[in-house]
Order: sequence, then structure tokens, then C-alpha cells
Amino acid sequence: MLKRKVMLISVLLIFAVVLSACGSPAATVSEKTKVAFIYIGQPGDLGWTFEHDRGRLMLEAELGDLVETITVPDVSEGPDAEKAIRDVVEAGAKIVFTTSFGYMDPTLAVAEQYPDVIFEHCSGYKTADNMSTYFGRIYQPRYLSGLVAGSMTEANFIGYVAAFPIPEVVRGINAFTLGVKEVNPDAKVHVVWSNTWYDPVKEREAAIALLDEGADIITQHQDTTEPQKAAMEYEKLSVGYDSDMAQFVGDTVLTSPVWNWGKYYVATVQSVLDGTWEPHQYWGGLADEVVKLADFSPLVPEDIKLMVEAKKAELVSGDWDVFCGPIADQDGTVVVADGECMEDGDMLGMAWFVDGVVGTIPAE
Amino acid sequence: MDNAFIISILIITIRAGTSLLYATLGEIFTERAGILNLGVEGIMIMGAATSFAAAYYTDDAWLGLATAVVIGSILGLVHAFLTVTLRADQVVSGLAMTIFGTGLASFMGQRLGPGRTTMIGLQSPSFERFPFPVLNKIPIFGPAFFEQDILVYFLYLLVPLLWFFLYKTRPGLKLRAVGENPRASDSMGINVARSRYLYTIFGAILISIAGAHLSLGYLQGWAENITGGRGWIAIALVIFATWNPVRAVLGALLFGGINALQFRMQAAGTTIPASFLNMMPYIFTIVVLVIITWWEAFLKRIGAPAALGLPYVREEKD
Repeated sequence: MLKRKVMLISVLLIFAVVLSACGSPAATVSEKTKVAFIYIGQPGDLGWTFEHDRGRLMLEAELGDLVETITVPDVSEGPDAEKAIRDVVEAGAKIVFTTSFGYMDPTLAVAEQYPDVIFEHCSGYKTADNMSTYFGRIYQPRYLSGLVAGSMTEANFIGYVAAFPIPEVVRGINAFTLGVKEVNPDAKVHVVWSNTWYDPVKEREAAIALLDEGADIITQHQDTTEPQKAAMEYEKLSVGYDSDMAQFVGDTVLTSPVWNWGKYYVATVQSVLDGTWEPHQYWGGLADEVVKLADFSPLVPEDIKLMVEAKKAELVSGDWDVFCGPIADQDGTVVVADGECMEDGDMLGMAWFVDGVVGTIPAE
Repeated sequence: MDNAFIISILIITIRAGTSLLYATLGEIFTERAGILNLGVEGIMIMGAATSFAAAYYTDDAWLGLATAVVIGSILGLVHAFLTVTLRADQVVSGLAMTIFGTGLASFMGQRLGPGRTTMIGLQSPSFERFPFPVLNKIPIFGPAFFEQDILVYFLYLLVPLLWFFLYKTRPGLKLRAVGENPRASDSMGINVARSRYLYTIFGAILISIAGAHLSLGYLQGWAENITGGRGWIAIALVIFATWNPVRAVLGALLFGGINALQFRMQAAGTTIPASFLNMMPYIFTIVVLVIITWWEAFLKRIGAPAALGLPYVREEKD
């Protein structure tokens, strides 16, 4: 008899658990708008995806009553991406953020099939009635970090571990070098291409090659912290990228140009909820806070901080931008004349190095 | 090219080649017994993740290494059970091991930190480089070869020992026989299943140590996808080495050194295309493959174990 009672109670308990588990998501589906994020890596990379996920968390914090988010990590660029995007739409997502350049065509393909869903693609250039692009002018904080590096190098040899020879990376190298040259015309920025976005071992080896060759500051354009860690082991300095890498490495990271997507994600989702969303090509800068310069390390002297803050104020005001002349290329030819500024289109296709860069852009 | 340049290149070459060499030696012994283990990438990354986590929580790099040995033997045992006892397809079992290992290691990397957070950015005790007394005084050779970490010094002993074992001892002869002709070995009284189990597990232990060298010696920390395809390079290196432990050294140094060299040349501002240097080791591997495929006599003498990848069933005729 007792056994039976125990049995009955446990069956009821199981029912209760199952029912409560089923109940709650069903209730939220009807109320909240689903927002999906497609990631190239894991939020644990501490770089690119980490920053997009930080933006997503801010979205949840600010609009958590109205939206719920879904994430799909480790989606490779290509056919897999199209499947992943379609899956989240089928699962009920009304807004989809696809956060890697290679998702551009897959996003467009799915966008054409689902006209009622809003698609936001990061770092591309194709749009549709229900698809926008968004990106940040990371070259602005990169320029500021160049000012710091140029002021603090003693060897006048700064190492730059570069990812792939594409305009985005070239633009970053050029902006950084312009910052270095602004305060230290004798310093050179040596570029080593790793041909990786994420390979901890290779990126460390590339940094060590630069350190062995005499670099006393290292910066990089990949999604690992290995170049900065290698610099620390060599008792040298570094500049981070993507996220505030000082958190993961230490004070030898002088500062980092960082992404800050939260504000954009909140504003975009809000506009969709309000019904005011329209297709756009967003390329925000320091003024919009979509890109930022991370806090300075205690190793950066006060006068350098003030100088950088002053330049930052100029960039925020919009009176001046990084690629305003005079700018010469590696041969010394003036590419941007005094008083002129590069157009966005030219910046997006940049395929030459400014004076002060040591290295070549391999043909693609 | 001055001495400092050569020394710094050699130091990186050896450090980068170390984990490749452990993995290659492990795979050589597994394949010598007739078992193809395509799970190298998965076992390696599991070794890296678990040894780092163990070293972090116990505050002892040696316990981290011991954990890698345990994890390696468990994964080797699984592969041996599937392929020897259940006679599952070795390729499928190996690939499953890689998919499982990389997935689980990534998950551990995200959850095994304090308070179920990421392991990235944590610092554990690691195998530091230290000068080996006396020998490090040899010019050029000394600072390059004898200012390394303990796992590198182990290799200096392990390679000749494994070579001697394989070619000069009775158990080594039996091992080679099992990989060449399990039926004949069986009739000679060798327990084929037991030796296949033994060397699959032994190989997986070495492969797991290869991972531990990444997270406790070379990078000294955990990073997502820390192996980055090095397990697959190790499998290619086995062919490059034609299943010989000593030739594996050459391959590991070549693959390990090529990046160091091409990055260094870029840093110095030379303009040799990096992609050209990058493809060299792969070209060598293809050349070796072509040679051993074409030249059957050569194959018989030093090439692939004849029974590689084939399950052995005692009751069945060949």
C-alpha cells in the first residue's frame, strides 16, 4: 500500500515538473519578440563574438520585458549559415542579427524568403527592403591607440599582427600608423600577416617573431589575446583589440580599441518594436559610442592620456577625421591632399599602406 | 643571418614542434599496431583542456600532466574497444572522437572556470623553460636545444627509446608484425587484440600529452580551439615520417619551424610571399605520399603497415 502511494506521488510530481517546464516558454512566446544572433565563434573568444554577446546581454537588460534572445554560436560562413539563419526564423525570430562578413549572401537569401522578418547584417554592403547593414568606424579608436603606442615606444619599432589582407584590416593598420606618426615620426609599424582570424598558436608565433626582431609594443587584428600575452612574457607592452584585453592579460595592455554594440542593438530593436525601422547602412563612430577606446592602463602617463582625450574630442565633434590629408603612401606619394578627407567608399576599399608601415599587402 | 637570429628561430621551432611530435609519435605507434586513429585532434584538445583545468585547480602542473595521461588512456580505450572488440569502422570511430573531443573541450573551456565561467584568461602553474646544466653552454646548439621546458627534454629521451623499442627489441618486432599481418602474428602466438588495445591506448596518451604541452607549456593558458587543426597535421606527419619515430622529428621541426621562419621574415621586412613558405610542408607530405604509393618495393620496406585500418577477425579467412 505504501509503495503504491509513493509511486502515485512520484508520478504526480513528474507530471507537475513536466507541465511547469512546458508551461513557461509557451507563455513567453506569445508576449515577447524573439531576436536571434548568429555568431562566427563562441562568446568565450574574448574578442569579436564576446563583444556581440555583450551587446546582446545589454539588449536583454534594457528590453528584457519585450524581447527574448536566441544565439547560435560557431556558424561557419557559407551554406551552413543559410541553414542556421532559416532555422532561427522558423523558430519564430522576428529580428535576426548576423555578425560576420561571410553571412552577407546567406542573410540576403533568407531575407528574400521571409519579408516579414527584419535582418541586420554586420560589416557587409548588401541591403534589401527588410535587410540592413551595420558596422563601426573602429579605425577611429585605432588611431587613438596609435597615439598611445607612438608616445610610449622606445625602440620606435611597433609590431602589428594582421589578419587577412582585406580593406578593413588595411584601414586599421593605416589608422593606427597615422596615430603613431602623429606623435613620433621616427617610429615604424611592422606588419606580419597571420592569415587567420582565430588561431591562438599562430598569432602568438607571429607576435614572437616581431618581438624577437625588436618590437617593444605589439598590437593585432585577430580575436585571441595571444599576441598580448606573448608581449607580456617578453616584458613588453601591447595594445588590445575587440574587447578590453587588459581584463584578461594585465596592465601591459596600454589600451584597446573596442566594439560596443549594445546601444545600437537596443536602438535598432526598439525601432522595430515601434514600427519605425527602415533599411539603412549604418557606419557609426566614436560619436555614437558603437566603437570606443578602452580605459588606459596605469602605465600610461597623465599627459599622454590628456593628449589622446583631446584628439578623441576632435573625432567626436566630427570636425576632423583620421583619413583627412595630407596623407602619403609608402612611396611618399601624397594620396590625400591637405584639406581633403577620404570618402567612405574609398575608405571601404582601401588597399595601400600609409608612410610608416613596414610590410606589403599580398595580392589576394 | 646572425647567431641570435638562428637561435631565436630554433627555439620557436622546437617549442612549436614539440606538441606535433608527441602527437605524431602517438599516432605512429597506434598505426604500427594496425589501428588508424583519426581522433588525434579531439584527443589532443581534450588533453589540453583537462590538463589545464587540473593544473589550475590543484595548483600543480604535474597533476595536470597526469590528468592528460588519464584522459588520453580513457579515450584510447574507447577507440580500441570500438575498433578492436566491436570491429567498428576505424575512420568513423576516429572522426567521432574528434567531433566529440573538440565539442566537449570547447564546452569545458566555457564552464570549467571558477563559478562555471570561462577558463580563458586563467593562469595555472606551467612547465617553464629552464637551462639544462652544462649542455646549454654549447654555442648556438645549447641555447636553442637546452633552454626549453621539461616536456621537450623528455622528447630527447623518448625518440631514441621508441626507435630502439620498435626496431631492436622483440616486443617491437611483435608490434610491427601485428600491423603487417595479424593472422601470421596470431599463429605465432601473439595476442593481436591485446597488443592493439595496448598501443592504441599508449598512442592516445602521447597524443593527449601533446595537448597538455600546448596549454601548460607553449601557450600557458586555455584558448578556444587551441589545437587549431594540429592533430590533422600530426596524421599527415605520420605519413611524412613513413611510420619511423626518428624521421618524425624532422617532420615536426619542419612543420613547427616554417611559421616561425615566415613570420620572422615578414617582421624583418622581407618580401618572400608567406603563402609560398606556408605550403612547403604540405608539398613535402604530398611528395612523400606519391613516392610511397608509386614505389611499392619502397612501401614494403619502410612504408605503411599492411594491415592498417583493417579489423582482425580470428575466425574468418582473409
